[in-house]
Amino acid sequence: MTVDFIFEFLSGLLDGFISSNSLLIISMLVPCLAIFGFITVYALVVIYAELKVSSFIQDKVGPMGQGVGLHAGKWGLLQPIADALKLLLKEDIIPSSADKPLFILAPFMIFIGAFISFIAIPFGESIIVTDLNIGIFYILGVGSIAVLSLILAGWASNNKWSLYGGMRSAAQIVSYEIPAGLSLIVVIMLAGTLNMQDIIKYQAGGIFNWIIFDNPFVPIAFVVYFISAIAETNRTPFDLPESESELVAGFATEYSGMRYAFFFLSEYANMFVVSAVAAAGFLGGWHSPIQGFMDSPAWGVFWMINKTGFLIFVMIWLRWTLPRLRVDQLMNVCWKVFLPLALINIFGVAIWTVVFNS
Amino acid sequence: MYRDFGTVFFAVIMGIVMVSIPLIISWLIAPSNKTKDKLDTYECGEEAEGSAWLQFNIRFYIIALIFLIFDVEVVFLFPWAVVFKEMGLIALIEMGIFLLILCAGLAYVWVKSDLEWVRRRIKYGGGRYKPLSASSED
Amino acid sequence: MADLVFWIIAAVTIMSAAFVVLNNQLIYSAVALLFTLFGVAGLYVFLWADFIAGIQILVYVGGILVLVIFGIMLTNKIKSVRISHKSMQQGVGGVVTFWFFIFLFIALTKAPWAFSDAVEPVGTVREIGVLLLTDFLLPFEIISLLLLGALIGAAVLSRGES
Repeated sequence: MTVDFIFEFLSGLLDGFISSNSLLIISMLVPCLAIFGFITVYALVVIYAELKVSSFIQDKVGPMGQGVGLHAGKWGLLQPIADALKLLLKEDIIPSSADKPLFILAPFMIFIGAFISFIAIPFGESIIVTDLNIGIFYILGVGSIAVLSLILAGWASNNKWSLYGGMRSAAQIVSYEIPAGLSLIVVIMLAGTLNMQDIIKYQAGGIFNWIIFDNPFVPIAFVVYFISAIAETNRTPFDLPESESELVAGFATEYSGMRYAFFFLSEYANMFVVSAVAAAGFLGGWHSPIQGFMDSPAWGVFWMINKTGFLIFVMIWLRWTLPRLRVDQLMNVCWKVFLPLALINIFGVAIWTVVFNS
Repeated sequence: MYRDFGTVFFAVIMGIVMVSIPLIISWLIAPSNKTKDKLDTYECGEEAEGSAWLQFNIRFYIIALIFLIFDVEVVFLFPWAVVFKEMGLIALIEMGIFLLILCAGLAYVWVKSDLEWVRRRIKYGGGRYKPLSASSED
Repeated sequence: MADLVFWIIAAVTIMSAAFVVLNNQLIYSAVALLFTLFGVAGLYVFLWADFIAGIQILVYVGGILVLVIFGIMLTNKIKSVRISHKSMQQGVGGVVTFWFFIFLFIALTKAPWAFSDAVEPVGTVREIGVLLLTDFLLPFEIISLLLLGALIGAAVLSRGES
């Protein structure tokens, strides 16, 4: 919708001067640049948040600018920028026995996978780059591109750790896509549409109209979705593939500098995407909890970012609280606990809806 | 519809550009002193031994196969879920049959221990491992 | 504009498909297959089949291609994946392929394709859902049996020794 809106606005303004095709390209370019800017700013914020939150959980203070020199800014605010600059300045080493085309392709693929799922996330009432009719299904499908890029990264590095990390990571993400998809089916069953904005509009009216309160089975579906989403983004307690103490850096062992940065930028971007989908599907999206209070289109962005931010905070909190799962425990939990639970949820919600006709 | 997916296509191209720009900046301003040690693959500081090929657990392949079957099932669930509320009980029964057949498949794979990541191969178990040796029939 | 995008996507699809067939390193063929599948998904969008394009990405790229690449990696050493096959009998093959191409070309251009004057739908998912549950119910249920058979068959075959 944003693309349509900008296109109509510019057409009304500059109709005769510039051809319609170039106006279309400009009206696609501006939101994509805005999304890229948002991803960058968000990455800086979430890296800082992770440093601070993890430090407080571990009873430390994290990056602090102290003493005379502001080497990390006041309260350590310049730390993420320093990190980004450091990664830009690192030497880009491609091992001599690595498979060069695939080595270079992998960061492209994973970033593009994360970036194009951003363009279907609704930030506000009509603030969504493309209002695809298959919105939530598209996000789920595009999230599966990351699997391939991890395998290729592991393979191309020609390193046992990378290969194991990549394969395990792929097996994990691929397994957890099923409970995540099945839990989103619950949302779609209740909302009756795949369109992200329509799912959110279904939840209009205060907090008790949100899908999570619709049905006693839906909170279980929300928990299953959220945990599967954490597993899909390779966060602790599911981060065996990239675990720092076990496999060096897993599939990204041989990557340095900006290529490494793109893998972890994509991980943070994926965190945002899955949290945004959970917030939009289960927690009411850009609606405010009290109808009428702070409930205009501009406040919509505020609520959406807050709900997503809260879920990201929970992810960071879980990371620094729980120990890591072993790979066989991981797979057991997915196929033997979450998959039956997700199927029971679907049956439960379906029977409840049919019986109570709500 | 063309405009929406056109934006997706445009975003793919933009993504390629957006990844290339920092890589080019990095190529311009980062140092570049390739020594032979730097270009070797990493093996905790030792010389890399053997090429990076190991006998893989076939479980990776089995997990991907089982995932594929359930993925197709999830794909069938999506259009059903969209029309479920309108069509009510009959849709529930039809999908119930579909899901029950696939649950039978899941149960089969579960019982035959295809979902186990680690094969229990203790043949001469004694003491506390005795019950495990009975299940090494896989 | 839509024409230009169509030609680009068609070119990417065909060139990747050619790369899949002509390259002699398995893993590069698999990656080229990835681009081919993306191109096909783009072509589905031009037919207004948005849901099918999504399925193409989710199932083909996210599932089948992962399976293919796992298969390649489980059965090869990295260093020895250089030659996957050599073509033999290229002369005979070339002649047969050429005549097959002529045959297909004539068949496709002379076929009486029906042009629909359908209006661009908002989305195809609802219609697919309704049709699956009413007109195509029997194929839908048989698909579940097919998937069950595939699951059991795959599990039995990959178990190997038993």
